[in-house]
Amino acid sequence: MFDKQKAGEIKAAAEKWDNNVKSKLEKQPERRVVFKTSSGMEVKRLYTPADIENMDYANELSNPAQYPYTRGVQPTMYRGRFWTMRQYAGFATAEESNNRYKYLLAQGQTGLSVAFDLPTQIGYDSDHGLSEGEVGKVGVAIDSLKDMESLFDGIPLDKVTTSMTINAPAAVLLAMYIAVAEKQGVSADKLSGTIQNDILKEYIARGTYIFPVEPSMRLITNIFEYCSKYVPKWNTISISGYHIREAGSNAAQEVAFTLADGIAYVEAAIKAGLDVDDFGPRLSFFFNAHNDLLEEVAKYRAARRLWAKIMKERFGAKDPKSMMLRFHTQTGGSTLTAQQPDNNIIRVTIQTLAAVLGGTQSLHTNSKDEALALPTEDAVRIALRTQQIVAYESGVAETVDPLAGSYYIEAMTNDIETRAMEYIKKIDDIGGAVKAIERGYIQQEIQDSAYKYQMEIESNERIIVGMNKFQIKEGSPKGLLRVDPVVGEHQKQKLVTLRQERDNNKVNTSLEALRKAAQTDENLMPFIIDAVRTYATLGEICGVLREVFGEYQQSVIL
Amino acid sequence: MDRPIRVVVAKPGLDGHDRGAKVVARSLRDAGMEVIYTGLRQTPEQIVEAVIQEDADCLAMSILSGAHNHLFPKVVSLLKERGVDDVLVVGGGVIPEDDIPGLIDAGIAAIFTPGTTTTSTIDFITQNIKRK
Amino acid sequence: MDIRAGLLKGDKRAAARLITLAENGDEDAVKIISEYYHLTGKARIIGITGPPGAGKSTVTDKLAKLLRQQNKTVGIIAVDPTSPFTGGAILGDRVRMNDLSTDQGVFIRSMATRGALGGLSKAVHDTVRIMDIYGMDYIFIETVGVGQSEVDIVKLADTVVMVMVPGLGDDIQAIKAGIMEIGDIFAVNKSDREGAERTATEIEVMLDFNRTTDFRPKVINIIARDNDRVDKLLEAIEGHWNYLCKDSNYQTRKKNNIKTEIIGLINQYVVKSIQNDNQSNLIQNMVEKVYDKQIDPYSAAIDILEKVSLGKQQS
Repeated sequence: MFDKQKAGEIKAAAEKWDNNVKSKLEKQPERRVVFKTSSGMEVKRLYTPADIENMDYANELSNPAQYPYTRGVQPTMYRGRFWTMRQYAGFATAEESNNRYKYLLAQGQTGLSVAFDLPTQIGYDSDHGLSEGEVGKVGVAIDSLKDMESLFDGIPLDKVTTSMTINAPAAVLLAMYIAVAEKQGVSADKLSGTIQNDILKEYIARGTYIFPVEPSMRLITNIFEYCSKYVPKWNTISISGYHIREAGSNAAQEVAFTLADGIAYVEAAIKAGLDVDDFGPRLSFFFNAHNDLLEEVAKYRAARRLWAKIMKERFGAKDPKSMMLRFHTQTGGSTLTAQQPDNNIIRVTIQTLAAVLGGTQSLHTNSKDEALALPTEDAVRIALRTQQIVAYESGVAETVDPLAGSYYIEAMTNDIETRAMEYIKKIDDIGGAVKAIERGYIQQEIQDSAYKYQMEIESNERIIVGMNKFQIKEGSPKGLLRVDPVVGEHQKQKLVTLRQERDNNKVNTSLEALRKAAQTDENLMPFIIDAVRTYATLGEICGVLREVFGEYQQSVIL
Repeated sequence: MDRPIRVVVAKPGLDGHDRGAKVVARSLRDAGMEVIYTGLRQTPEQIVEAVIQEDADCLAMSILSGAHNHLFPKVVSLLKERGVDDVLVVGGGVIPEDDIPGLIDAGIAAIFTPGTTTTSTIDFITQNIKRK
Repeated sequence: MDIRAGLLKGDKRAAARLITLAENGDEDAVKIISEYYHLTGKARIIGITGPPGAGKSTVTDKLAKLLRQQNKTVGIIAVDPTSPFTGGAILGDRVRMNDLSTDQGVFIRSMATRGALGGLSKAVHDTVRIMDIYGMDYIFIETVGVGQSEVDIVKLADTVVMVMVPGLGDDIQAIKAGIMEIGDIFAVNKSDREGAERTATEIEVMLDFNRTTDFRPKVINIIARDNDRVDKLLEAIEGHWNYLCKDSNYQTRKKNNIKTEIIGLINQYVVKSIQNDNQSNLIQNMVEKVYDKQIDPYSAAIDILEKVSLGKQQS
C-alpha cells in the first residue's frame, strides 16, 4: 500500500522505536512477556504501515460488494438498512412461543428465529421415551403440522423472514413451513428465511444428529435442489461456526472448520449433479461473536475473503452471489458467566460491536441470564435493546467496514486467513471434512483448544471478570424462566387427539411412499411435504427414515 | 488410597453440549483417575448399568438442557433400586441455584455450575468418594 | 457386599466388585477366584485386536449383538491405555456399545492398562475368569494391538480376530512383525473405503508366506458400522473353534496359555515379594554391591532369588 522507499523508512523508524521501548522494559515491564490472540498470533506492541506493506488493496480488500468481499457484501451496508435483529426464541408449546414472537415483532425485531426443543431436533415425538423431561425445554416442541400452524398463527409468512435452527430433520420442518404457508395462501416462492441444515457441525460439536453421514448429506442436497426450483428465496443452509466456537475452538479454527464444512457441502451438491451457481447464492453462514473485539472483526473479514476465493478459484463459480459470504451472528453463549450476570450485558455489547464492525447480515444477542437458565422476557428485551443502541446511537453503522486500514486489523485478518488456509489444507490432505470428522481430527483440535482455555482460566492466566477475579458474594438470582413440566403432558395429549382425528390411511400411504423413495435416490422433499400434509408426525417421518438409513454412531475423541 | 478412582462421566438426556463433560473427563484423567466416558444421549437405565458394571466410585453427569430436575433424581432412584449405595453422584451444567437444594435432597452430592474450576471438582470427588 | 453369594446368584454388582479387587491386586480376589476355579472353562474367549481406529469396538458390538440373537450371554473387556504421565485413563469403548449396556445378558467392563509389571495381563486373566464363573458364554477381550503387553493379553483367547482397515499401507509391514502371527482371523473393516480389496490381498499374501501351523486364517472384508458381513466373521470364529476342537489343538493351545500364565504369575510373585521385602532392602543392597563390582549382576539375581525363597519357607 506504500511505495518501497517509504515503507522502508517507516519500518526502520518503527524498529528503532521498538528497540528504544524494549530497553526500558526492565524498569517498566509490560503485563505479559508475550501477548497472543486466541488464534495463537503473537500480538506486537505496535502495528505500523510496515505490517501491511505488501497489501494489495484492489485484490485483497477492494470495495464493498466487490470481490473478494473483504469489506462487505452489500454496497451500502448499514447505510441502506441495519442488519436483521433476530432473537432466537422458542420454548414450551407452540402457542406460548407464538406469543413470544408476536411480542418480539412488536418490540421492533425484524425477523423470527425459531428454537426447537431437543426431541424435535432429534426427530422424536413428545411421547417418545427419550423425550421425557426434555419437551419444550430448550425450544418449542413441534410434533406435527398442527403445532406448526399454532406456532405461526397470525404471523403472515410472506411478511417475515424466519430462521429455523433445525438440522438433522430440517427437511421435515421446512416441509411443515411450506405447508403452513400454503394454508395461509402464501406460495413457496414468496417464502424467505433460513434453515440451519448443517449436519457436519452436529457431528463435530453440537450433537443433535440422527442419520449417518451419507444419507444426511443426501437430504441436504435434496433440499438444495428442491429449493432452487420452488423456494428460491430460501437460504438452504447456514453453515455454522457458532457451535464449533462454543465447543471451544479459537477464532481461526472457527473460520477453518466452518469453511471446510462448506467445501464438503459444495462438493456433495456438485457430485449430486447441481451447478455451483444454482445453489451457491443460497448458502449462508453463521458465526460466533466473542469478547476479543478486534480479532473477531478480523475473523469475519478473513472468512469473507477466503470463501470468495474458494468459490471462485476452487469451484469455478461465476455468479458473484455465489462468492459472497453472508452470515448471521450470535453472541458467544460460553462467554457469559453465571457470576454477576449483569456483567453479561457489557459482554454482549462488545460482541455486538464485533459483529456489526465485522459486517454481519443478522444478529442474535444473548440475554444476560443464559448461563443460568432460559432467558426471561426482560432479559431478552435488554439484549434486543443492545442491538438497537449500537444501531441507532453508536455511529458505527454509518460507514462501511470502518476498521479497514487499521494496521492491526489488516495484519490480523491476514493472519487468520493464513491459519485457516493451513487447516483447510490439512483437512484436504485427510480427504475432506467428512473424513476429518470420521477420524476425529477436527474434534481433537477443538477439544485441545477448549482444554487449554479452561486451564488458562484456572491458572489465572486468563481473567474472566467476576469469575476468577473481582468476585463478590452473591445471593441466588431470582425470577428465572421456568418451563412448566406439564408441557410434556400437553404435547402427549395433543398427539393422542391428533392420531384419532387424522386420516390414518392417508398417513400410512404417504409414509410408505416416503420409505420407497428413500430406498432409491429420488429427491425426498416432495414425499416429505406430502406426509406432512397428512399430519404424519415428525417422529413418524424420521422413524421411517431411521429404518431405511440407520443412525449415526458417535465417536468419542478426548 | 493407592488404586485409581474410577469415574463414570455421562450425559443424560438429549443435549449435545459435551464441552464441559469432556473438559472434566480430561482433567479427571490428568488427576490420575480412570474415566469411563459413555457419550451422549444416555438414558438413566444405561447410566446405572454402566456404574454397576464398571464398579465406579463416582458418577459425574452433565445436563445443559434444563432436564436436570427430571433426569438426575431418576438416575439416583434407579441406583437405589439396584442396591447401589456406595457411589458418589455429582452433577453439572446450566442449573439454577434454586434447583440445587432439591437435587441435593434427591441424593446428588454436589452440583457444579458454570464457572466451577476443574480443580475444585477433582478435590470434591477425591475427598468424598465413599469407598477407600 | 457378599461377593461369593452374589457371584453365584448372578449379581452383576458382585462380579463387578470382584473385578475391581482383582484389578487392584487384592489377595481376596485371588482367594475367591481360586475357590471357584473349577467353575471356569465354559466360556469361549475371543480376542479382538488391531491398530487404533480400526473399529474394534464396533466389531465387538456387532458380534455381541449377533450372539445375543442366539441367546448367548456376552462379556466384554475393553482395554484402553493408561496415560504414562498421570496414571489416569479415558476409557471410551462403551460409547459404541450403548445399545448393549442395558441388556442383562451382557457385561461390559472397561479396563486401563495401568502399566504395572505383568499386572495387566493378570487383571485381564482374572476378569475373564470372573465373567466365566459369572456365567458368560462368550467373553471378548478388546485391545489395541500395538505393544507386547497387549499381545500377551489377546494370546489367552481361544480365537484372535485382527481387525484391519484399508489404506494402512506401510503400517501392515510394521504390524506384521510379531503381531500378525497371533491372528486367527483377519477382518478388514470399513471395506467401503478405497483399497479394501488390496489390503485383503496383502494380508493373504503375507499369510501364505508366514504360516507355520496347518490352520490357514481367513481374511474377511466387513463393514461393521452397517452390520455388513459381520455374520460371516462370526462364522469364521466358529470355524476356528471347530478347528480347535479337532485333534488336540484346543488342549495344546490351552496348555500353552496356562503355561504362559503360570510363568507370568511366578514372575509377578517373585518381583512382588522382593519389592515387599523392605526390611532387608535386598535389591538396593545388591545394586550397591554390583556397582562396586563386589559381585556381578547375574550372581546377584540368583542370590536374591535364593534369599526370597528361603524366606518363604521359613514363614
